[in-house]
Amino acid sequence: MKEHDTERVRWMRLATTAAAALIVVTACGSTSTAGVTTQQPPTATMKPQATIGNGEGALNLIAWEGYVDPSWKDQFQKDTGCIVNAKYAGSSDEMVTLMADGGGGQWDMVSASGDADLRLIYGGDVKPMNPDLIPDFKNFQTYFQTPPYNTINGIHYGISLQWGPNTLLYNKAKFTTAPTSWSVLYDPQYKGLVTVPNNPIQIADAALYLSKKNPSLKITDPYELTQAQFDATVALLKQQRPLVKKYWDLASDEISLFENGDAMVGAAWPYQTNTLQADGKVQVADTIPSEGATGWGDTWMLATKAPHPNCAYLWTKYVSTPHVQAQQAISFGETPVNTKACAEMESLQAGSCAQYHADAPGSYFQTIKFWKTPIATCPDGSQKCVPYAQWVTAWTSITA
Amino acid sequence: MTVDTLGRPRGKSGGAFPLQALLWRVPWLRPALLLVPPLAWFVLIYLASLVLLLITAFWTIDTFTTQIVQVWNLDNFRVILTDPAYRLIIGRTVVLAALVTLTDAVIAFPFAYYMARVATRRVQTILFAAVLLPLWASYLARVYAWILILNHSGVLNWSLQSIGLPPANIGYTNVAMWVVFSYIWLPFMIIPCYAALERVPDSLLEAAADLGARRWRAVRDVVLPLALPGVAAGSIFTFSLTLGDYITPILVGGAGSSFIGNVVYTNVGIANNVPFAAALAMIPVAIMAVYLLAAKRLGAFEAL
Repeated sequence: MKEHDTERVRWMRLATTAAAALIVVTACGSTSTAGVTTQQPPTATMKPQATIGNGEGALNLIAWEGYVDPSWKDQFQKDTGCIVNAKYAGSSDEMVTLMADGGGGQWDMVSASGDADLRLIYGGDVKPMNPDLIPDFKNFQTYFQTPPYNTINGIHYGISLQWGPNTLLYNKAKFTTAPTSWSVLYDPQYKGLVTVPNNPIQIADAALYLSKKNPSLKITDPYELTQAQFDATVALLKQQRPLVKKYWDLASDEISLFENGDAMVGAAWPYQTNTLQADGKVQVADTIPSEGATGWGDTWMLATKAPHPNCAYLWTKYVSTPHVQAQQAISFGETPVNTKACAEMESLQAGSCAQYHADAPGSYFQTIKFWKTPIATCPDGSQKCVPYAQWVTAWTSITA
Repeated sequence: MTVDTLGRPRGKSGGAFPLQALLWRVPWLRPALLLVPPLAWFVLIYLASLVLLLITAFWTIDTFTTQIVQVWNLDNFRVILTDPAYRLIIGRTVVLAALVTLTDAVIAFPFAYYMARVATRRVQTILFAAVLLPLWASYLARVYAWILILNHSGVLNWSLQSIGLPPANIGYTNVAMWVVFSYIWLPFMIIPCYAALERVPDSLLEAAADLGARRWRAVRDVVLPLALPGVAAGSIFTFSLTLGDYITPILVGGAGSSFIGNVVYTNVGIANNVPFAAALAMIPVAIMAVYLLAAKRLGAFEAL
């Protein structure tokens, strides 16, 4: 049941995180030349609270399904007296809509993904948070203390929660040694055995591969592509198309493709690897190839008009503790940002820490390019980059 | 109440049942009152949403904010008609819908003929149950069952190999979609065919026999023309259901299996480009309009 839920949620998130697409940083519409990262969000000057007062007795959360599970929510309610009301959102888009007008005085926090974050921040819907009030913050992986999707100009617009990479999954019977490059997904040798997600953000995976394979294209960020870089990436994906057995929509699709021998190699999430290894029908493993990988990261963000800020800080403090981080990671199939969660994960499920890369060294995060929404504004401030709407159109013609 | 010789309540003094009196005096009022709620429902809920769809199709979105921009233009339709990717997808959807319809007609007609004209009452009941039984199970469960049959290590390949034949490997291809669609919509073809065949009067067949027609001749010249409206009626179901589906392509389709519905879904769910999705959704509406006109000429509506 749990696994089923998780899988469904993951799928919805993929589809909708793709809604990253939409990420329209409304606020920067007016400043056409200023890069997104250099512009100050509307709430940048709001000073976060310096102490956590007494709980207000209630906490209203917008979350991904499974992020406010009774197995850790109940204890929080008992400890703090904050009664948690959670609304599960089906997509990043829905989260942004619900959080409009600073949460409207109704919502306190949202567990937003990297693709929605900038939109919330530049929309003025979330306000800076004070990491000093979160004791476990100092135990976070360095990258997740200040990831670019929730920290702008040194101001924290939320506290990182969990993350996951998009990995290369392969059948060990076909690949006796682990593939070291994403090139296997583009190799005619594996015609009809390849599977990749049916998601426009997949273009970024191809761009990441091209950034190493073809340095003359000068791709530095797979989410910020000029027209020429974009066209080269789309051309590569069109060459890949005849090799693909199926563009999968559901995590369960990819699992059955591998179990039935219809696919031998593909792009996946750790969830699929774990499920396939647990089932044991086929021998599979996953890897992060030398070019690196894409990934996602979630953040608890505080609504600008949050009616229960103390309960919100108490909650953030609570979900950052190693035990709850480990519980959520194993329940959902993702990786905690708190490095101290490793031991807790081991006690809950032996081997899970290494399995989810929760013990990865800091250098590991240099290899992961976290999802963010492609927008027209390039890093140099020009408007020459290809926005997400075009990614969607291109994806339709690639997979047609 | 006092009543005159005609049984008519006495005008204004009979105020005890004013509504009945009114309905009696104004004969068209009763049917009007009965029809207004369903008609209002039809117009407001059904037609209004279609009209809204049509209007939205002529708008566009701001690619930066994905907000709908209410400027009238034909860009969406231009893209659909000029981009080869969309032509390919529309063509694939229509061809597969036609193939499925043809397949179902070929399978359903003899089956329905046996049910309607040959089988005993008892066998008829059993066959009816057999045709309708799959409809009780979830659509998704039935599609997944086919995945188990068609995939690489599925029942089909296993059976072929155990009798020494090479594996078919049709899982996750357009062939798989054709098979699954034909299975899923078969009952919708059998029932109208059965209804049409059952209505063919025995006397006509007897007359044909009297005039020297053998069995096959009678089927070809008497039964088939009379049952054709039933086949046309069934084809409306099989064709339109295939045309609008997007779940089977997701589940059993392969790398090049997108249907119109899948592109609509992507544009609404991921790209937030509702105007483009609306424009694309008008394509099946237009195709079905043409199809229904053709079916009407074949008498499909009399057979329903």
